[in-house]
This record gives sequence, structure tokens and C-alpha cells, in this order.
Amino acid sequence: MAMGFTRVAITAALALAGLSGTGYAVAQQPAPATATATQGPTAALAAGQGAPAQGSAVQGGAANIAPTSSAATPPAAPASPLLAQDGAPAIGAQPAIGQPRNGVMDLQPQVTANGRFAKWFHNTILFPLITLVSVLVLVLLIWVVLRYRQAANLTPSKTSHNTVIEVIWTLAPVLILVMIAVPSIGLLQAQFKPAPAGAVTLKAIGNQWYWTYQYPDNGGFEITANMLKEKNQVTGGERFRTDADGPRLLAADNRVVLPVGVPIRLITTSNDVIHSWAMPAFWIKLDAIPGRLNETSFTIEKPGLYFGQCSELCGARHPFMPIAVQAVPPAQFAAWIRAKGGTMPAPGQASNKVIPQPTSDAGDATSNAGSTYPAGGAVENAVTTAPVITQGATGNPAGAGNAGH
Amino acid sequence: MTDTALHPSAFQAHGAHEHHHEADHKPSFFARWFMSTNHKDIGTLYLIFAIIAGIIGGAISGLMRAELAQPGIQYLGTWANMLHGGPQSLDQALHLWNVLITAHGLIMVFFMVMPAMIGGFGNWFVPIMIGAPDMAFPRMNNVSFWLLVPAFTLLLASPFFGGAGTGWTMYAPLSTYGETSPAVDMAILSLHLAGASSILGAINFITTIFNMRAPGMTLHKMPLFVWSVLVTAFLLLLALPVLAAAITMLLTDRNFGTTFYDPAGGGDPVLWQHLFWFFGHPEVYIMILPGFGMISQIIATFSRKPVFGYLGMAYAMVAIGVVGFVVWAHHMFATGLSVNTKMYFTAATMVIAVPTGIKIFSWIATMWGGSITFKTPMVWAIGFIFMFTVGGVTGVVLANGGVDDYMQDTYYVVAHFHYVLSLGAVFALFAGFYYWFPKMSGRMYNEWLGQIHFWVFFIGVNVLFFPMHFLGLQGMPRRISDYPDAFSKWNAVASHGYEIMAAGMAVFFVNLIWSLLAGPKAPDNPWGEGATTLEWTLSSPPPYHQFETLPHID
Repeated sequence: MAMGFTRVAITAALALAGLSGTGYAVAQQPAPATATATQGPTAALAAGQGAPAQGSAVQGGAANIAPTSSAATPPAAPASPLLAQDGAPAIGAQPAIGQPRNGVMDLQPQVTANGRFAKWFHNTILFPLITLVSVLVLVLLIWVVLRYRQAANLTPSKTSHNTVIEVIWTLAPVLILVMIAVPSIGLLQAQFKPAPAGAVTLKAIGNQWYWTYQYPDNGGFEITANMLKEKNQVTGGERFRTDADGPRLLAADNRVVLPVGVPIRLITTSNDVIHSWAMPAFWIKLDAIPGRLNETSFTIEKPGLYFGQCSELCGARHPFMPIAVQAVPPAQFAAWIRAKGGTMPAPGQASNKVIPQPTSDAGDATSNAGSTYPAGGAVENAVTTAPVITQGATGNPAGAGNAGH
Repeated sequence: MTDTALHPSAFQAHGAHEHHHEADHKPSFFARWFMSTNHKDIGTLYLIFAIIAGIIGGAISGLMRAELAQPGIQYLGTWANMLHGGPQSLDQALHLWNVLITAHGLIMVFFMVMPAMIGGFGNWFVPIMIGAPDMAFPRMNNVSFWLLVPAFTLLLASPFFGGAGTGWTMYAPLSTYGETSPAVDMAILSLHLAGASSILGAINFITTIFNMRAPGMTLHKMPLFVWSVLVTAFLLLLALPVLAAAITMLLTDRNFGTTFYDPAGGGDPVLWQHLFWFFGHPEVYIMILPGFGMISQIIATFSRKPVFGYLGMAYAMVAIGVVGFVVWAHHMFATGLSVNTKMYFTAATMVIAVPTGIKIFSWIATMWGGSITFKTPMVWAIGFIFMFTVGGVTGVVLANGGVDDYMQDTYYVVAHFHYVLSLGAVFALFAGFYYWFPKMSGRMYNEWLGQIHFWVFFIGVNVLFFPMHFLGLQGMPRRISDYPDAFSKWNAVASHGYEIMAAGMAVFFVNLIWSLLAGPKAPDNPWGEGATTLEWTLSSPPPYHQFETLPHID
């Protein structure tokens, strides 16, 4: 078996995959200004231009990453709203928050209320209980092995029934399960609490193999998030990952920017196969399914950088579609929205605007993603009303599925 | 009303010995092994098949652990070049990873565990344990086995036609317009054949157990292994047609323009998941229930005590089988189920822990008060009880729909199902193999090598799979060929665990070959008074046709 694990240099085709070895201390990274400084108000249009390549991707695996090179990126905005007055990064990554740590045996720190509740539920109720049950079984096994080995007990008993003990070991697990079920049901209730009026809506759209994001309440702009390649994998001035961007395989060229302390309504869908938008620090994992709009909500409690990965097998580059969220104070979020050419709704206004669709906006080149798709199946539902229902929007709005045919 | 509290003296199994020459007349080699209608020969074929499939599936997992031993892409490019004979693109190399995980899953589920448990041990010992001369439909039995061979061939050939990189779950639309190579069609056809094989086998077992029990062998006197195969056969009979329907729709979506799973035509990708898991969840009990049965026989034998709470044990398996059909959507907690649906599937899933707990405690109670000897099968069985408990309790964690917003599709899930399968079903298989090897082959295995095999394998699989819990808790997704560097430490540990496990398997194969060639002759009953089931009343190996005069059970 190939267990030498010596690193084998393989063909240049592996350029994108990224080789490890660039050690970095993620905890000390300041937030990179470059991540957003290069995005101008027309970033959505530019990002969309990369999408037509997508059609061939599922057939032959041709490169279909939306452009990340400087040539395809519009001129930088005059000043990034994510920088402080003196030009320093306004937000630094918290030590050990928002990304995995090596050799750790615990859940990631949680920065949402439901996440903290769920982590408490796991660490305080579930984990001690399952440890207790496992240790109980182990102790009983060790006891019978020692006490009732042939040398210690030559004549076996013939006992084969004991109704009392059987009732006990049927009812005791039931009680334990009830103890688990009560907080578990409570957690589910909390997770399904609908986002209140005034929530910021983020629409995450999965593509093979990158994410596009829309802010339906904040104007029609769209950002595209690709994984940043390593320095030795890029050619011709293409942007590569620096430690300021985040860890290898987790850093994205464009981050999702979200406000802290404001409820977020997350809507997911997909342009091709099923993806899953997962953010461990938020305790969020929601599949992005073509033809469906799934919905959940959360409120980020701490500014910072948070990283997740696509969590549903979606083809060859499934490991290479990271999710990077930058959580900032609301004022900075508003400034960022304006810098992207978006608008902030009036205070207290419910987010009931029509969600712009890739296929409905002539200025949005991502519409090609649907129409060039080989089997024509990956077309997102052209829903015309914002989902305001309180649960995951599992319903497939009638008559909308044939857009693009 | 005990687990065949049958006194060997009460049997009238003399027929087998009296007519030994007649009963032992075997056909020529080709007729015996290629046109076989003998349940023991077919069982042997199944076991050989499962061992070959296990070697292939295990080797694939070795490739996977090699690639995952450190971050970055190490070997996939080289392997893709070797597989396709020439330089391949990066996407081809990455696609190969998905082909490997798909093949590993399908091979281990459909071509290793199921053929070994049901086809192998079920065929060998269900007829003998109920005092029947053979299976009810001997020729159909032969068809069941030989359907598996083309099924496995199709699956093994598919990597040369592009490779199916859909995962064993084959989620649409990745498995429809997401993968256009004929490899996925080959995998689908492979599952059709394997499914037909299993359905025929299930019909055969149900008919045999209901109609061919020896006089006096009431349902409530049947050994628990027979009970477990009976429940398993019903699960197969009810679950596999659903899979067949689902993959047929997948096939027509791929080739004939239907849109069952395509929202563009009014279909729904999540429909696939509902259908797949309606089959898939009973499938995991199909893989473990016969193991439960074997463990019950072995624990009772080596404790020299009847099984504790026989009726509770039998009906706990029935309960697991029934409840196993109504919990499937816990595999789909991230797909956007409604809150009520998630609450129901959370509660229903946790209910399964109750009958499972009954079984764990009853096994311990069987040992309690016994006079235990620690022969190799017993050591594997005790290891099974603890490892299955560990895998079971993480299942209780995962049953919580709210927790799965974090855990779904992480390595925590990988750790969980490998604890119940690699350390559960596989431990049961080894326990059964050592337990019945003397009966099947007529030769004793080497006890010392068997014990070495257990301890090396036990350490190896725990080093391999336990760190995966930590990776999952830190959020590492499943099915990724490369991972962020922060996951490197536990992945390196896991890969070393594979090396230890592989060394244990080497011991097993040395033992197997040595025992077959030079093992001492096995007595009819090598395990003593604790072995009360009918197979131990026969010679080792049993005559070609046993029970020509039916035994009577008091």
C-alpha cells in the first residue's frame, strides 16, 4: 500500500489544487483590505462574465472559474469602507474563531445565539451522556470478562430471564432520550424562528464550483466568490492567496460582507447540482438545491472573519469552493453596500422586495449559466416573490421551473 | 422458550451420518461450483466473493488514506494518468477521488458486507440451524449468486469508462446531468443486478424459514441468527424495490429525457433523496442485523449460557426493522425540511436507541454469570459490543436535527458510520468467520494468529476512525480530496491507523491460508457444551446433503 506518503510532484495540471506547506499563523491575520478594495460598483457585471464557461464544465471539466485576474476586475473603489480612517484594517480575525484549528477535539467557537445554544446542548448534555453510556458498557464488559471468566466461575448459571432488569434497561434509555429530546426540540424551534422585519437578506447561489451572492434588499448587485489560488499556481498577474486572505482552501477572492447584530435571512439555491452552504461558526448548514429556495436565519454576534466549505458533493472541485464571511458593524456594512452600488432600505422596512434573478436581468451575464447548461436542468426557479414564509422554502413554486427553456 | 435450549441428545440427526456416503456424493467440479444448487457451496461462493470484494474495497480505502495523509494533492494525478494511460487534467485527477469514494462505498455495502452476511453465513447456516436439508429454492439461490458477478464486473469496469463520481448516494442532479459518462449508467445497472440478486435471496430465505423448519422448531425456538436473517430478508424485500424504482427513474432521466429529478421539468432533486434513503436507511440495518444474530450465537456459546431475554432479543430486531423504515429523512436534515418534519425524524430516530440498548444489555447479561472462554470469535464479539456502542451513541448525537446543522456531511458522520460498520458489521463478520470456519472448512484456524489479528485490527481501526470525530467537530466536510491545513494532524493519525489495520489484515490472510492448507482437523463441535445449535451436531465439514431424515426438536 502506498503508505510512504512521500509527496509526489505531479503534472502541471494540478496547479489549481494547491500544495500544502505554507505555514501560517491564521490567528494573527489582519483582515485584508485587498479583498474588497478591488471591487467596484460594477463588480457584479464583471463577475457574471465568467459564467458562460460553466456550460462546458459539466461535460468535460474545462476551466470554469469566474475571473479573478485583475484584467477582469473593474477599477477599485476609491476607498474601501472596510478600512479605518487611518487606512488600517478595521477588522482583524479573532484568534481561533471562524476557522478550524489543528489537533483540536472540540466544536468551533460559536458566534450566533443558536450556535451557542447548540454547542451547549452538545457539550453539556449530549457529550457527557454518550460518554457515560459508553463507559457504563465498557465497565460492565470489563466486569463480566474478569468476574465470569472460566477460571473465576467454572459453573455457568442458567438464568435466562429477569423481567425487572429488562424493564429497567428498556425504560432507562427512554428517560435518557426524553432528556435529550426536550432541548433538541427547543433547538429546532429556535433555528426555525423566522427572520424579523428589517433583516438583511443574503442569497447564496451554488455553482460548479464557486458561489455567487446577491443582496436582494440592497439593490441588484451580485458578487462572485472563487477560491483564491496559491502563489505558485497563478499565472500572469492573477491574484493569489496571501495569509491576510485566510487559510489555504478557505480564502475566497470576494467575501460575503454581513452586518453584526442584525438578523440575517439566508436563502440558498443552485444553478447546477446540489451544493451546501455551511458555516460552522454560525451553526448553519443549508443545502443549495436547483429549483428550490431554502431559507434560514441567524444573527452574527461578533465582527470577524468566518470560513466554511461547500458541504455536499458537487463534482470534481467540491473541496475548492470556500465560503468566507466578513462580519462588520452595521455602519460599515451600509458603507460597503453603497460602495458596491447598492442601497440600504429605510429603517424598519420589511425585506419584501422582488429578488432579482440571474435570468431576469439583461445586465447580468450569469443568465448564461442557465441557458447554456447542457441538459437545461440547472435553471434556478424564477420566483417572482420573495419567500416570506417562516420555514425552509421547500415548496417548488408552480410554473416557475421552466424558465430558460 | 430459550434460544434453542436444545439438548443435542434430543436431536434425531442420525440420518446425516447413516447415509453418509450417499449424502456426500458431490458433482464434478464445474457442475458443483458453477451450476450449484447446494446451499453450503453457494454460501462458500458468496464468502469467496465477499473476501475478494473486501480486498478491493479495502485497497481503495488505502488509496484514499494515502491521499489524505497530508494536505495537498499528492497521488491523484499520478493515479489518473495510470488509469487512463496518459496525462490527465486536474479535473480528471480530482474526479478520480470521487470515483474512489463511490467505489469504496458501493463495494463495501453491496459486494462485501451483504454477500458475506446474508449470502455467505445466511446460506450456510440458516438451513442447518432450522434443520432443513437446503434452501427452499436451490436454483434461485444459484441465480442470486451469479447475478452478483456481472453486477460487480460492471462496477469494476466503470472507472475505465469515465468513472462514477457521484458518491454511493448518487444524488441527483450530480448523477443526472452532472455526470454524463456511461460509467454512471454502468453503476446503475450494477445496482439493478445486485438488487435483483438480493430480492431473490430474500424471497428464498423467507420461504425457507417459514416452510422448512424441522418438526418442533417453532418460530420462538429458532436460533437468533435465523431470526436476524428473517428480519433482514423482510427489510430487503421491502426496501430494494424502492431502490430499483429510484435508479430506474435515474436511468430514464439520464438517457430518455424524463425529469423525475429535474426541476426544469417539474421534477425534484430531493425526491431522489427521499427514495434513496427510504431504501438506504433500512439498508444499514440489513448490514448490521445478521451481525446481531451472529453475536448472539457466539456470546451464548462461549459464555456456556443460553441467550438472556431471548424473546426480547428477537423482537428488538423486529422493532429495529420496523422503526428503521420510518426514519430515513434524518439523512436529509440540511435539505430544507420543515420544522415539524425535522422534529418527527429526530424523535423517531432516537427511538431506535431503545431496542438497540436492549440488545447491548442482553448480550452483557448473557455473559453475566457465565463461564467465559476467550476464543477468537468471542474476543471479536466482545469487541463488537463495545465498538457498536460507541458508534451507536454518536448516532444518538446525529439523530438531533438541530445538531445536524453542524454535523451533517462532516467527518463526524464518517466516524459514526464506520464505527457501526467497520467496527460493527466487520467485527461481526470476523467473529462469525472464526466461529464457523472449523465447521465450514473442517479445519481449525490458528488461535494465536486469530488473537493477534483481533488486537492489531482493533487498535488500527480505532486509531483510524476515532480522530475522525475530532475532524468532524472542527467542521471538516466529507468527500473532499484536499483539506485546509488545520485538519492535517488528525488526518495523519488516521492514515497511520490504516497502516496498523492493514497489518492486522495481513495476519488474517496468513491465518486463513495456513488454516486451509495445514490447520488441524476440526471436531464436530470444537466449542463445547455452549454450542447448542444444530450445525454442531453435524460433522465438520457437514455432509454434502444434511438432514435427509429431519431432526426433531423438543
